[in-house]
Amino acid sequence: MDIQIIVDLCLLTLLTVTAVILLRVQNLLAAVLLSGIYSLLTAGLFVTLDAVDVAFTEASVGAGLTTVLLLGALAITGREQSVKRHSRILPIAVITITAAALIYGTLDMPKFADPNAPIHTHVAPRYIEQSGEEIGVPNIVTSVLASYRGYDTLGEVTVVFTAAIGVMLLLGGRKLKNKDNDE
Amino acid sequence: MMNKKRGLILREVCNLIVPAVLLYALYVQFHGDYGPGGGFQAGVIFAAAVILYALVHGREQVEKVFPPNVIRYFVSIGLLLYAGVGVVSIFMGGNFLDYNVLAHDALHGQHLGILLIELGVGITVAAVMIIIFYVLDKFSE
Repeated sequence: MDIQIIVDLCLLTLLTVTAVILLRVQNLLAAVLLSGIYSLLTAGLFVTLDAVDVAFTEASVGAGLTTVLLLGALAITGREQSVKRHSRILPIAVITITAAALIYGTLDMPKFADPNAPIHTHVAPRYIEQSGEEIGVPNIVTSVLASYRGYDTLGEVTVVFTAAIGVMLLLGGRKLKNKDNDE
Repeated sequence: MMNKKRGLILREVCNLIVPAVLLYALYVQFHGDYGPGGGFQAGVIFAAAVILYALVHGREQVEKVFPPNVIRYFVSIGLLLYAGVGVVSIFMGGNFLDYNVLAHDALHGQHLGILLIELGVGITVAAVMIIIFYVLDKFSE
């Protein structure tokens, strides 16, 4: 068997196992750590797809920082999930219908790795063939993110900025300013 | 929760790792044109090093180097640097975020523009992550 298939199978199996355990644990500390593991496995999958930039981001943001920040949030809120006993029929119905709709939607999509898929025939050839002359940066991902799609990246940075403003307004304002007269 | 005195080994290993991680963040930041990486990853790695140090040695130690009141400004400085590059390219005769006009020839302009906006991304992301950690840590006391 091809080594890549073996690696993919291992990663996907671990991913499924992690997801199932993640659903079943009541301890939120375990849930946070498991979601970090889930991110790390996803990063591994991105590497096998040759998307190193995405893998890099997933590993550092998803597995690294998000875990730390969620642990910080847990220190405020508490570690155990409150168990609620009510009917599970409605959630299962909603999930089944949504999943069926999504799977139905994928039927029209081009096959995985189809070279004639629209995503490979629209702007991608131009990025691959001409970004060397137009941008002059060896890493095509960087030239797409920073130059061709500069607006999008500006929007992303604005989202990150907004997140910080939100956290500071909700939790930070009073306590960060009044250092001396804490209750 | 995060400010207790930690063990000797943890502290020493942290002291060993943090400078290397900070240096690696700078490498990812300024080598993003040539290898994988860029502002987002570099900012996150930088913040991770700072947060690691804060977790081991206590937030007060880190706040001496990165005071919250200063970091707060860097949250917007990065974004302003990014948008500022766009505005400057308008004044130099191009479109918003069109780096071709920033230097005497198009390729140099692209290099300069990408370097500056990646720096802006890095500054904002690092500052945001550090400030969110500060806020959460302070709130949990």
